[in-house]
This record gives sequence, structure tokens and C-alpha cells, in this order.
Amino acid sequence: MEAGILLLPGLLRGLRVTLEVFVLGAMLALGLSFAVGLLRLSRFPIVRTLAAAYVEFFRGTSLLIQLFWLYYALPFFGVELSALAAGVLGLGLNYGAYGSEVVRSAIRSVPKGQWEAAIALNLSPLVRFRRVILPQAWPLMLPPFGNLLIELLKGTSLVSMITLGDMTFQAMSLRTTYARYEVPLFLLLLVLYFLIATATSAIVRRLERRARVGRSA
Amino acid sequence: MAGAPAIVDANRALQDRARAREDAAVRRPIVRFRGVKKAFGAMTVLEGIDLDLYPGEKVVVIGPSGSGKTTLARMLMTLETPSGGEIEVDGEPLFTMVRRGRRVPADERHLARVRGKIGMVFQHFNLFPHMTVLRNVTEALIHVRRIPPEEARRRTMAMLERVGMAEHADKYPAQLSGGQKQRVAIARALVMEPKVMLFDEPTSALDPELVGEVLAVIKEIAAKGDMAMLLITHEMQFAREIADRIVFIDGGKIVEQGPPEEVLLRPKSERLKAFLARFRNGMGLR
Repeated sequence: MEAGILLLPGLLRGLRVTLEVFVLGAMLALGLSFAVGLLRLSRFPIVRTLAAAYVEFFRGTSLLIQLFWLYYALPFFGVELSALAAGVLGLGLNYGAYGSEVVRSAIRSVPKGQWEAAIALNLSPLVRFRRVILPQAWPLMLPPFGNLLIELLKGTSLVSMITLGDMTFQAMSLRTTYARYEVPLFLLLLVLYFLIATATSAIVRRLERRARVGRSA
Repeated sequence: MAGAPAIVDANRALQDRARAREDAAVRRPIVRFRGVKKAFGAMTVLEGIDLDLYPGEKVVVIGPSGSGKTTLARMLMTLETPSGGEIEVDGEPLFTMVRRGRRVPADERHLARVRGKIGMVFQHFNLFPHMTVLRNVTEALIHVRRIPPEEARRRTMAMLERVGMAEHADKYPAQLSGGQKQRVAIARALVMEPKVMLFDEPTSALDPELVGEVLAVIKEIAAKGDMAMLLITHEMQFAREIADRIVFIDGGKIVEQGPPEEVLLRPKSERLKAFLARFRNGMGLR
């Protein structure tokens, strides 16, 4: 009880930062997922290759090291980012790479006949995509997107390493002050992350239900 | 009055010429395949097809599976690009256009303009599963023809009425039988008022008891329409009833063509004879 009163204010201050990094990072990742996912389906080989290179690079190197680069190394090249910007950018670029694979494979799994019917009806490429392909690919993207969102949430704890005061960062500094409460501290930390993750999956599940409307039977 | 007959003659000559011009206009093909070839990698599917389709004409294409007849329709719908030759629609090349005095590959705008004259019904319907029947049909009216939603809805309901699907307007494709789906797909293509309708084996994916309702709808459209039709089918009896001309394709070439009676009852080539024999044994060509 006493532990809670001592620890919670600090953790909740961190919670705000965690949520901020999570939401902004997720928005950037989602935007990149679509942009890069579509570029990977481009007619032009050079575009596809560049998009694939981005994906391979950001999937193939560690998020922590990407964050270090963005925050500690880039200033040597004259690019200075705030800790928040570096954190959001790192998470967005990293999970955007994974997300673009989700977008690409979902779009490719819409049956060819749907594209052909859209062409036969003379729908413009944009209308084809927006009104025929995307509404069918979107429900396929949601479950893997849900997974990635939770991964991203857990990834936010790494921004504590670039001086951002998120929940993990706060916990680490509380730990030095209240060493005897280490167990309740880390228990609370666990529970807080778990609650955000649960809320996230609930939201994604709702989106999934909504996306399925009319596709019964 | 020695001059009178000459004037009458001259008048008649003028009239004849006017009529000839009119005939020529009417007789100008709406679709023209000229030496059209298609190869997929090393496999040649069509080798040099010459085929004209005239306004209002109903042409049925028959032939063994793999003979390239579906590819023919798919190229006209711009779903495939020919490897050689030319396709003209309404006197205009489909896959090339003129830019700054040079003939260049068609861009999306050119394709869209020419494609607007063609409609297609697929073997597997390809309805949009996330849209109701109504929206499947209004979609292109609203987003391609830019017709106001109320008017689009009115035209759609009239068209659904025609194919006997008006009462199902609010259902989703998954709630329909194959025959019903295909009738919606026909309405969806027809509502755009194409000059040419392509039917690619429209009954091949249907349960036998559902074939009749779809054929009946196509027959009704063929009877009323001044639209040209290119229909690929294995329903020989139906082909005979509906076709102005039957084209037999085998091995990527037009082997024989002519009026239905001619082609179906008095085949000349051995290949057509063999092809038709298979149908006589099986389904019976009455």
C-alpha cells in the first residue's frame, strides 16, 4: 500500500510519455507500412528494390542500436533530434518495415479476379484501390497489425535508453531511490504495460469486427 | 423529254451512293483483331488472330480449353497485352495512341476511354464481396460515369429488375447462389451501356441446374440489345440459338467460322468435327 503511494506518481508520469511515444510511433509506423507496402508492389523495379532495401535494413538491425544512431550518432552529422523525435522516428521506421510486409501480403492476397473486375468496370487505379482492394485487404491486415502494435508498445521501453522519461525510465530511477520496493515496483510496471497491451488488443478486435460487417456467410 | 431518264438515273446513283456510305458506316467493325498474337513466356497461346466484330453482332467463340479463346476476350478487356498484332475498338487502336505525331504505347487515360466501350462478364463472377448487390452495380456508374447517386440507383434497380434480381438488391454476394451472382454480374456490366459485351464462359462455374436462368438472361439481352456480343461458351445448343456467327478456335488459330448451322451441323475441318463429336456424345446437340 505504502509502496503504491510512493511509486505510482512517478510511474504514471512515465506512463504519459510511454503512451505518447506509443501513439506517435504507431501512427508513423502505420503510415510507413502503407507507403512502403505499396511501393513494394510498384511497376518499377527500382522502386521495389529501394523499398525492399528499407525493409531489410530496419528489420535486420536492432531497434536499440537504431535509436542510439538517431539520438547519439546523428548529431555528428549535423542532425540533432530531440529524444522524443528520435524515439518516435526509431519506432516508426522499425515497425513500419514489419508493417509494410503485412500491407504487401494482404494486398497480394486479394483475389486477382477482384482487380480484373475493377478494371473491366473501368474504375480508375485510385478508385480500384480505395473502393475494391483496400476494403478487402484491410480485414486481413488487422490481426497482424494488432500483433505489431503490441510489439511496438513493448519496444517503447527501449526509449528509456535515449534519456526519454517513459515508464521504464521512471522505474529504473525509482529503483535507486526505493531499493526495498523492487518487487512491487517491477510488478506494477508489468501490470501497467499489460493493461495498455490489453486495451490495444481490445481496440484492434473491435476494428476487426467492424471490418467484417456484411461478409457473413 | 430526253433528259428526264438521265436525271432519274443520276438521282438514283446519288441515293445509292448515300446508302452505300450508310452501310459502310454501319458495317464498320466495332472490334477488329488484326494478326493478334499472345505468348506467355515460351508458350504461344494465340498465333495471329484476325477477327472483326460488327455493331450489334453476336459472335460465339467455341473451342477446346486451352485453345486461347479466353485470352482473346481478356486482351480486348485490357487484362492482357497482345505480344503482336493490333486490336481496334471503334476504329481506334486499343493498345497504342498518338502523341506528338508518334505512335506510342497507350497510357491509362487512353485505355480508360477505349475500355469504356467494353463490358465483361467473368466465369467466376468476380462480384465485390464487401458491397451489397445494389452497390456492386452502382459503383461504376457513380465513380466512372459520375452519375448522381439517386439516378444511379434508379438505373441499377431497373437493370436488376431486368435480370430478375431486384428483390435481392440489399443482399451481399455471399448470400446468393451462383446463378444469382452471375445475373448481378451481368447487370453490373450492362448498366454501363457498353458497345461490346464479353462473356467468358459465363455458365462454366455454375451448378447444372443454375445454368438455365443465366442463359435466359443473356438471351434476353441479346434479343433486345443493339450491343455487339462476344461470347465464349461450351453450351452448344445455346450458341446455336444466339449466335449470328460461330468462331471455332483451336491451337491458337481460328480454324473455322460461319453461321451457326454451317459450323455446328456441317463442319469442314477434322478438328471441328472431332470437337463437336465430343459434345454430341455427351450433352447431345439437338
